[in-house]
Amino acid sequence: MTEHRPILTFIAHLTLILGIALVAFPIWVTFVAASHEAARMVQVPLPLLPGDQFFVNLREVFVNGIAGAGGIPVGLMMMNSLIVALMITFGKIAISLISAFAIVYFKFPFRMAFFWMIFITLMLPVEVRILPTFEVVANLGMLNSYWGLSIPLIASATATFLFRQVFLTMPDEMLEAARVDGAGPLRFFWDILLPLSRTNIAALFVIMFIYGWNQYLWPLLITTDRSMVTVVMGIKQMLEAAEQAPQWNLIMMTSLLAMLPPVAVVIAMQSLFVRGLTETEK
Amino acid sequence: MAQVLLSNVRKSYGDVEVIKGVDWQINDGEFVVIVGPSGCGKSTLLRMIAGLETISGGEISIKGTVVNKLEPSERDIAMVFQNYALYPHMSVYQNMAYGLKIKKIPKEEIEERVQKAAEILEIEDYLERSPRQLSGGQRQRVAMGRAIVRQPAVFLFDEPLSNLDAKLRVQMRLEIKKLQENLGITSVYVTHDQVEAMTLGHRLAVLNEGVVEQLGTPIEIYEKPQTVFVAGFIGSPSMNLINGKLDDEGNSIVLPEGGTVKLSKGKKQYKGQEITLGIRPEHVTLAKGKENGIEVKISVVEQLGADTLVHCTLGKGETKISDTGFVVRLSGIKTFEEGSFMSLNFADKHLHMFDAKTGKRIE
Repeated sequence: MTEHRPILTFIAHLTLILGIALVAFPIWVTFVAASHEAARMVQVPLPLLPGDQFFVNLREVFVNGIAGAGGIPVGLMMMNSLIVALMITFGKIAISLISAFAIVYFKFPFRMAFFWMIFITLMLPVEVRILPTFEVVANLGMLNSYWGLSIPLIASATATFLFRQVFLTMPDEMLEAARVDGAGPLRFFWDILLPLSRTNIAALFVIMFIYGWNQYLWPLLITTDRSMVTVVMGIKQMLEAAEQAPQWNLIMMTSLLAMLPPVAVVIAMQSLFVRGLTETEK
Repeated sequence: MAQVLLSNVRKSYGDVEVIKGVDWQINDGEFVVIVGPSGCGKSTLLRMIAGLETISGGEISIKGTVVNKLEPSERDIAMVFQNYALYPHMSVYQNMAYGLKIKKIPKEEIEERVQKAAEILEIEDYLERSPRQLSGGQRQRVAMGRAIVRQPAVFLFDEPLSNLDAKLRVQMRLEIKKLQENLGITSVYVTHDQVEAMTLGHRLAVLNEGVVEQLGTPIEIYEKPQTVFVAGFIGSPSMNLINGKLDDEGNSIVLPEGGTVKLSKGKKQYKGQEITLGIRPEHVTLAKGKENGIEVKISVVEQLGADTLVHCTLGKGETKISDTGFVVRLSGIKTFEEGSFMSLNFADKHLHMFDAKTGKRIE
């Protein structure tokens, strides 16, 4: 790419700018809507420049919530979402690490059968098994609890499979060197396998956090208590707030807030995340 | 005394037996090299001593203790791997200290041992670096350092130099030899490299298809190979092996391609027998006359500087690529015309004879 053709450069940049605009425009609209009064948001045309009500709206949703939707403060919703997403993420990573460790490093009867069983569950997303899962969770008395919100989503074939592949790339000689050094299975796991899978763990953390944060159907199904509402369901409930026109400024403010934690996680883990997906050298 | 005893050691994977009964005593402080072609089971045997492979039959004992059922870490051994097998996320210091840390050795002593090993191997400056910042030779030193700090009864080396470039290999070979002499620790070293095999060990074991073909000092094995396999395997370029037949008096060997080799001492007891005649390339001389020599056709000449290798074919007919090759090694730079003929002579004392059927040496 050492050629300099002004027209090509121009077209390339134009395409890129258009792409960015396409992605950024909805977010801009959200931001603009979140900074106006409710009354302005029902007038046509919709504003394209920010208003002056941003911090007023922010305090309103964060502390009071939307009265028509039950008046649950968004701060509480976000706390719920955060707790659930973190429980799902850590749970998934822990369980997958351990099961991949078992499948790769231990010889036990029906090892491959277990691996394929886990692998086949990849084909069964939450939605497919939602009724039996609800039954189990209800019987265990976990409705309206963080446990009920997170545990059924923790088992993860994807993550198990990913860690299995990671472990398979570890040279056998390293395991043997550790055995000669006297490291038992648990020490090997903690001292060698975990630090070496660090980047993969980070990559998975990002993916799984977003997965947990974005859960909608499952929380909707098992939470009836208003104090357990997560932010993604909360937004939907705001739309259906009884006997009121939707308060777009507050809804958009909530959406904006709901976007922040995933963005923060991606930014914080960005460098590790990229290395986790691309690094091959062990 | 750190003796290693192998008695009737066997290993099989299912129906396939890869180690077929090895009996062997490695003395205290001895440096033994196992050499053989790839797939002969040499690494398997070493890994069985290390405890990384289970033992299907027989017994291995180290320092008088039967270790068949012991974990590698309980066998008082240290191993150096071909790919170094350093822990990439630990510094050099941590790599060397890891085994000691697990053994719960006090911190001061760990530090002392690592420092000492680092001094011996001249890697003091790298202790805080991570393995990926080191060159191949330095990594190999760290791997050896990790073995030294354990102060084991036995060192096991699994082709440790095969990932290094040629120049470094020569240097590290000397260092390993010196190191072993200074530390006096019983060592077993697996290699497929001729030169390492000849130079490193006090004794050499030539392994072929799971059987020890010959065990002896390198010079014994070079001078008196007991089987055709050992004769062909040890030495580079390898020994010329040609089929022949002792005549009815047992006084000379008749070659099917034509020509006879007269023996000064007759072998009456073997008269008329089919044999394999062996002669090393470096023991062949050019004949002045045509008496007592065999005539060969020169096909390729390789000038190595110090030596000249002349590849020839036996017999006078048309040359084919697949003809029995015969290599002659002459010192210094010599020129020959390719395609011409020459007569070769070999001294009687350098002739090796093997039974054509059993492959065993005939004295």
